[in-house]
Amino acid sequence: MNKEKLLRMYYEMVLIRRVEERGAELYQAGKIGGFMHLYIGQEAVSTGLIAAREPRDRVITAYRDHGVALNCGISANEVMAELLGKITGMSKGKGGSMHMASVEKNMWGGHAIVGGHLPIAAGLALGDQYAGNDNVTICMFGDGATNIGYFHEALNLAKIWNLRVLWVCENNQYGMGTAVERASAVDEIRQKADGYGMKSERVDGMDVMKMYEASQKAIQYVRETSQPFLLEAVTYRFRGHSMGDPERYRAQEEVKKWQENDPIGIFRAYLLKEGVATEAELDSLEEQAQAETDKAVEFAEASPEPGMEELFKDVYVEQDGW
Amino acid sequence: MARITMREAISQALMEEMDRDPAVFILGEEVGVWGGTYAVTKGFYDKYGPERVKDTPIAENAILGAAIGAAMVGQRPIAELMTINFAFSAMDYIVNQAPKLRYMFGGQFKVPMVIRAVGGGGRQLGATHSQTPDAIFAHFPGLIVVSPGTPADAKGLLKSAIRSDDPVLFIEHATMYQVRGEVPEGEYLEPLGKSKIQRPGKDVTIVTYCKGLELSMKAADQLSKEGIEAEIVDLRTLRPLDMTPVLESFKKTNRAVVVEEGWKSYGVGAEVVSRIYEEAFDYADAPILRVAQKEVPLPYNRTLEQAALPQVADIVAAVKEVLK
Repeated sequence: MNKEKLLRMYYEMVLIRRVEERGAELYQAGKIGGFMHLYIGQEAVSTGLIAAREPRDRVITAYRDHGVALNCGISANEVMAELLGKITGMSKGKGGSMHMASVEKNMWGGHAIVGGHLPIAAGLALGDQYAGNDNVTICMFGDGATNIGYFHEALNLAKIWNLRVLWVCENNQYGMGTAVERASAVDEIRQKADGYGMKSERVDGMDVMKMYEASQKAIQYVRETSQPFLLEAVTYRFRGHSMGDPERYRAQEEVKKWQENDPIGIFRAYLLKEGVATEAELDSLEEQAQAETDKAVEFAEASPEPGMEELFKDVYVEQDGW
Repeated sequence: MARITMREAISQALMEEMDRDPAVFILGEEVGVWGGTYAVTKGFYDKYGPERVKDTPIAENAILGAAIGAAMVGQRPIAELMTINFAFSAMDYIVNQAPKLRYMFGGQFKVPMVIRAVGGGGRQLGATHSQTPDAIFAHFPGLIVVSPGTPADAKGLLKSAIRSDDPVLFIEHATMYQVRGEVPEGEYLEPLGKSKIQRPGKDVTIVTYCKGLELSMKAADQLSKEGIEAEIVDLRTLRPLDMTPVLESFKKTNRAVVVEEGWKSYGVGAEVVSRIYEEAFDYADAPILRVAQKEVPLPYNRTLEQAALPQVADIVAAVKEVLK
């Protein structure tokens, strides 16, 4: 991988972190409503994964979606504006934190019903298969989504119809507050692929380079063989499930242990060790990410609310006012 | 104009639209090799092949989720639910996904798909396979809910549904596939979201749709022999609901009966009656009555089942009551 791409990945990881830290502050200040699920700690997963896709490959994810939105090229301005419910958000302020999508960036949401988007992902891939192209659909979901019926129906369908879906399970150890081993019949999510005759791999989701390599290999496999694949990324969220999480289900020592494995720290050490970049270069990128975040907050705060005409708009396509 | 069955009219609409637009394809349980559980897609598999007539596993979430995804990226899938009773297994897609995605993502994409589902009682299939739960689905903005009562409307409305850029739930009735009627050949479209006068009259307004239309037409014939001329308004689309012909008729007759096959509580009749009272209270000469299913799960036994379902005699009696 060339230096430019590596530094871009570093920049994206830091940008996700900064945007979400500011998001958390704005949430506490009452400027962001609803539920907000932070990606902090998991940045390596989507950064490595999305860096390995071609722009024509579709992305669909669950409600912990700010990070992947930024990785897909949605601007920090739009992400922040959507969080604040402004008309300048990519979903015009009508979707919020859990519903970020950009057709232009081939990012199809941001879905908040656990597991509900998995059959839809199979459908995106079906649409491509029907159109006769070899685009890959990348579908991300948490470990919690692998215990619900949608997961099993979707993986089965993808396999029998040879759909080009890369299933990416972000195993962050907890479905809300319930540990994987308390909710799943098998500890390693990738084992679930076996039941569908599907190949799978388990990868260290805290290391963006490992994540990138595994993703690239998996995407190539899916594209060339027209077979689905399940990639399990082992990761950890440093913050609570959502902003209102008392975190009674895990020990602070466990959180601290994982935080020592900060994906940004791991990647920074790698870039320095390999001589890809100097401390000064990386510091400069961090400053840029901070500046872009500050600018995004200013942009979002200055943006107008959606007007009342938006209330009835887009319920139906041609029959507005029904 | 040919006189064909409801089944043939629906098949015709599907075939014409598949011939017209290569983005249209069918998926569902037993739609292909089997030819459709109700034989609506008989011959389709041989004509269009497995790519356009896709047999699915018995997995309603997969069927509807896949249809939604394919629609999001520009195809026009027609998903068949073997019966509307299986819709409950995939409720999320019908009420929580398809109708909301466009709005929730700020209008960035369309979800042009049709869900065909067979509903209705009267075939001794027991409580879980005999329901008419149309009103539940009509509750949700973003979804179009259509349920035709004549072969011609079935063809014209289904063709419009397939061409619609919004998700449409198209509800057919299991006992009406053999009903015959005049159906225009070739290009014939009926607009979604428009109620229609199916029988003119001056004495009383009967508001109904789907199976209720068949029963109401028979009731109107009987009433006519007794000198009572009922005007029948067929809703055809339950959402968005077109009340204009209903209100016009009611303002003329000042009396109305609403007939539906589903349960009375929280039903289509409840909605229609409320809207009449909201818009035309001063025109009422008698309380509006509803004819609907008895409030029980439908039993298997034929006599009991028929006793629970609305009958022609119930409609005749209700009309006489509002004319008292």
